[in-house]
Amino acid sequence: MLGKLTWNAIPWDQPIPLIAAAAVGFLLLGVIIWVAVKGYVPYLWREWITSVDHKRIGVMYSLLGLVMLIRGFVDAIMMRTQQAFAFRSGGYLPPEHYDQIFSAHGTIMIFFGAMPFVIGLMNFVVPLQLGVRDVAFPTLNSVSFWLTASGALLVNVSLVVGEFARTGWLPYPPLSETAYSPGVGPDYYVWALQISGIGTLMSGVNLVTTILKMRAPGMGYFRMPMFCWTSLCANLLIVAAFPILTATLAMLTLDRYLGFHFFTNTAGGNMMMFENLIWAWGHPEVYILLLPGLGVFSEVVSCFSGKPLFGYRSMILATLWICLNGFMTWLHHFFTMGSGANVNAAFGISTSLISVATGVKVFNYIFTMYGGRIRYTTPMLWSIGFIVAFVIGGMTGVLLAVPPADFQLHNSMFLVAHFHNVIIGSVLFGAFAGLTFWFPKAFGFKLDEKWGIRAFWFSFAGLWVTFLPLYMAGLLGMTRRMQHYDVPEWRPWMIISALGVIVILGGVICQVMQLVVSIRRRDELRDLTGDPWDGRSLEWATPSPPPVFNFATMPNVQDEEPYWTIKQRAIETQRLGDEPRYEPIHMPRNSPTGVVTAFFASFTGFALIWDIWWMAIAGLVAAFATFVVFAWRDENEYLIPASEVARIDRARRAARLARLEVIAAERHEEAA
Amino acid sequence: MSQAAFQAPAADADPYKLGGSRKLRGGGGGHGRGGHPEPTGHGEGGPASPRVIVGYGFWIFLLSDIIMFSAFFAAYAVLERGTAGGPTGHDLFDLKRVAIETSFLLLSSFTCGLSNVASDARSKWGTELFLLLTGLLGAAFLLLEVQEFREMIAQGAGPERSAFLSAFFALVGCHGLHVFAGLLWLGTMMAQVLVKGFRPHIMHRLLCFNLFWHALDIIWVALFTVVYLIGAGA
Repeated sequence: MLGKLTWNAIPWDQPIPLIAAAAVGFLLLGVIIWVAVKGYVPYLWREWITSVDHKRIGVMYSLLGLVMLIRGFVDAIMMRTQQAFAFRSGGYLPPEHYDQIFSAHGTIMIFFGAMPFVIGLMNFVVPLQLGVRDVAFPTLNSVSFWLTASGALLVNVSLVVGEFARTGWLPYPPLSETAYSPGVGPDYYVWALQISGIGTLMSGVNLVTTILKMRAPGMGYFRMPMFCWTSLCANLLIVAAFPILTATLAMLTLDRYLGFHFFTNTAGGNMMMFENLIWAWGHPEVYILLLPGLGVFSEVVSCFSGKPLFGYRSMILATLWICLNGFMTWLHHFFTMGSGANVNAAFGISTSLISVATGVKVFNYIFTMYGGRIRYTTPMLWSIGFIVAFVIGGMTGVLLAVPPADFQLHNSMFLVAHFHNVIIGSVLFGAFAGLTFWFPKAFGFKLDEKWGIRAFWFSFAGLWVTFLPLYMAGLLGMTRRMQHYDVPEWRPWMIISALGVIVILGGVICQVMQLVVSIRRRDELRDLTGDPWDGRSLEWATPSPPPVFNFATMPNVQDEEPYWTIKQRAIETQRLGDEPRYEPIHMPRNSPTGVVTAFFASFTGFALIWDIWWMAIAGLVAAFATFVVFAWRDENEYLIPASEVARIDRARRAARLARLEVIAAERHEEAA
Repeated sequence: MSQAAFQAPAADADPYKLGGSRKLRGGGGGHGRGGHPEPTGHGEGGPASPRVIVGYGFWIFLLSDIIMFSAFFAAYAVLERGTAGGPTGHDLFDLKRVAIETSFLLLSSFTCGLSNVASDARSKWGTELFLLLTGLLGAAFLLLEVQEFREMIAQGAGPERSAFLSAFFALVGCHGLHVFAGLLWLGTMMAQVLVKGFRPHIMHRLLCFNLFWHALDIIWVALFTVVYLIGAGA
C-alpha cells in the first residue's frame, strides 16, 4: 500500500533533524493557523496563490529563494562548525548525517535559493522594463513557480521522512547507483530536481518569448535595458541547458529504478559520461545564475552614478560571448579525468577566454562610475562589493583553469573557496542589490538604509573571513567534504572560517531586521512618486506598486533610456505629456492551474521516491485532468474599463506633477 | 493573452500562419518591413499577436525538447559498443518492421498536415477525420514499437542486459513516450474542436499540436538513421 515507506523512515534516533523539523513544522503550522484565524485565506488565494500577474509571481519566487537561502545557510553553519571541531575527533555530526548536509546545502543553495531568487527578479522586472503588461504566457508562469515550490517541498520533506542524498550536490555515479546508495536519498534529489526543473525550463521558454516577441513599440534590440539583455541570455541558457539535466537525471533514474546500465561500472556502462553530461548543463548553469546578477549591477551602477551605462554595446557583446562560451568550458570541472593534454589545454583556454568578457563588464562598471555623482546607497554598496569580490574570485578561477594547477587543486578546499567567493560575490550580492533596488517598486516603500548598509558590511567582511582561510587550507592539501581530519596545520584555518560564518550570520540577521524595521516604518519610507531612485528605465515610469496592467498606454520608446528622456523633457518644459485617450484593457484571469498541478506533482514525486505506484499514477492522471479542465475554460481574460484605467493613470500623473513642482522649486532655490 | 487589447485582431492577415495563403504573406519575410499591418514583436510596432507569441514560444519549447533528445543520442553513441558480450544491433534489429513503423509515422504527419488544411478551411468534420487518422497511425506505430520491445525482452535482450541496450531502450522509448503524450493531446484536441469549434485559442493549440507532431517525425528520422540503419548495417 505505501511502498517502501514505514515508520522507520523517520529518523527517531537523530535529534538534530527531528528537532529542526519539529521547529519548522510548528512555525509553519503557526503561520497557517494565524492566516486562517485572521481570515486571510481568501485574500491569499485570490491575490497571490492563483495570481498570474508576473509581479506577484516574481515576488513569490524571490520569497521562496530568501527562505531557502536561510535553510541552506543553516546547513553551512553546521558544516563549518563540524570542521572546526572535528580535528582528531568525530565532531558532533556522524558521517552519514554530515554527508547529507553538504549535499543538501549545495542542492538547496543552487536550485532552491539562488535560482528562484534570480528568476523572481527577472519575472518582476523584465516586463516592466520592456514596457509591456505581462509575460508571454501568464498561466504557464504560475505553473512554473508552483512546480519549483513543489521541488523545494520535497527536498525539505527528506529531512524527516527518509534521508537526503549523501553524494554531493551532483550525484556522481557509481556512488549514486543503487549498489552504493540503496536508500531513498538520491531519489529525493532526482525527483525534486525533475519537478522543479520542468518549472525552470517553462519559465525560460516564457521569458525568452517575452523578450524576443513582446516589447513596447520602438524598443529595438539595441534599446533594451542591460538587465533585459542579461535575462535574455540567461534564459536562452536555461532553454538550452536544462533539457540536458532532465535527460541526465532520467538516465540515472532508469539506472536506479529499472536496472539500466548508463553509468554503472558493469555491463558496459560509462560513469564519466555522467560527469560530461551533468557539467554540460552545470557550467551553463553557473552563467544562468551569474548573468541576471550582472544585469542588476548594470542597472544599479548606472542609476546611482547618474550616468548612462558605459559601453552599452560592448556590454551586450560581452553578455552574448558569455552565453556562447559558457557552453564550451564544461570539461574544466574534471581535467583529472585524463582526456589528454590537448583536450585539457583547449578547455583551459576556452575557460580563460570567459574572463575576457567578464573583464569587459567590470571595466565598464568602473568607467560608468568614473566622473559620475555616486550615491552610496545599499544597492550601490552591494555592486561595489561585487566588483572587489568578483575580481579576486575570478582570478583564483583563472588559476584553476590552468590544467597543471588544477591537478593539484582539484576537489580541494581551494576550489570550494573559489566558487563560494564568486557565487556569493556575484549571484547573492546581485540578488540583494536587486532586492533593495526594486523593493520600493514592488511594495511601494523603500527598505531601511541603515540596516541595509549594516547587512552589506557584515556579509562583505564575513565573505573574506570565511573563505580566505579555505583558500589556505586548500593550498595546504585539504580536500573538500571531510567529516574529520588529523592534520594540525589545517585546524587554525577551519576555526577562523567558522568565526567568519558568525560574521555572515550577523549579515543575515541584519537582512531580516531590515525587512522587519522597514515594514514597521513603511509609512515614513513610502515612495509616492514611483521613481524613488531617480531611475532611468521604464519600470520607474509606473507608480509603486504598479497597477495590475503596468502601463495605461504603451510607452513609445525612442532611445536607450526612454524614461530618463521623458523625465528630462518634463523637467525642462515643466509639464507632462498630453493625457492619452484611455481604452479598456484585457488582462488574463487568475488560475489555480499552477497550484493544483504542483499539488499533484508533489504527491507523484513523493510516491515515486517511495515506490507507491498507485499514488504516482493517480497523481499523474490528476495533473493531466487539471490541464484539460484549464484548457476547457472559455473566459481567459477580463476587462478593465477605460474609466478605471483613467482613474489609476490620472493618480499617477498627479503624483508626477507634484514631483515636478518639487524639482522646479529645488532648482529655483539652487539658482538663487 | 494580455496583449489582446492593443492588437489588431486581424488573424487572417497573420504572415506566420502555418500554410497560410501566399498572398497574405506579403514580401516582408516576417521581419516587420513587408508592409503588413501586424507588429512582429521586434520592436517596430510593439508586442506581436497572440498567434505569433504562442507559435514562437512553442517552437522554443520544441527546440529544448530536441536538445533533450540530443543528450539521449549522445549517450547512445557513447554506449553503442558497450554490449558486454550481449547481442548487438545487427543481431536484434528487424528492418522490415522498422520500415513499416516509419511509414506509419510519416503518413501520420501527412494526415496531420491535412487536418491543418481542413481546420484552415474551418471544416469541422474534415479536421476530426484527419486527426483521427493521425491518431490511428500513431497508435499503430506505437503498437509495433511495443511489440518490438516485448520480443527483445523475451529473448533476454532487455535494457538490463548491457549499456548498449539501456541506451537503445531509453532513446527509442523516450520517442515512444512522446508519441503517447501526443496521442493524449490529440484526443483532447479532437474533443475541443468538436465541442468548441474553431475559436482563436483552439486554432493556436492546433498549430502547436501540428508543430509537435512534425517534430516527432524529425526526431524519428534521426533515430531511424542513427539507431536502426547504422546499427543493422554494422
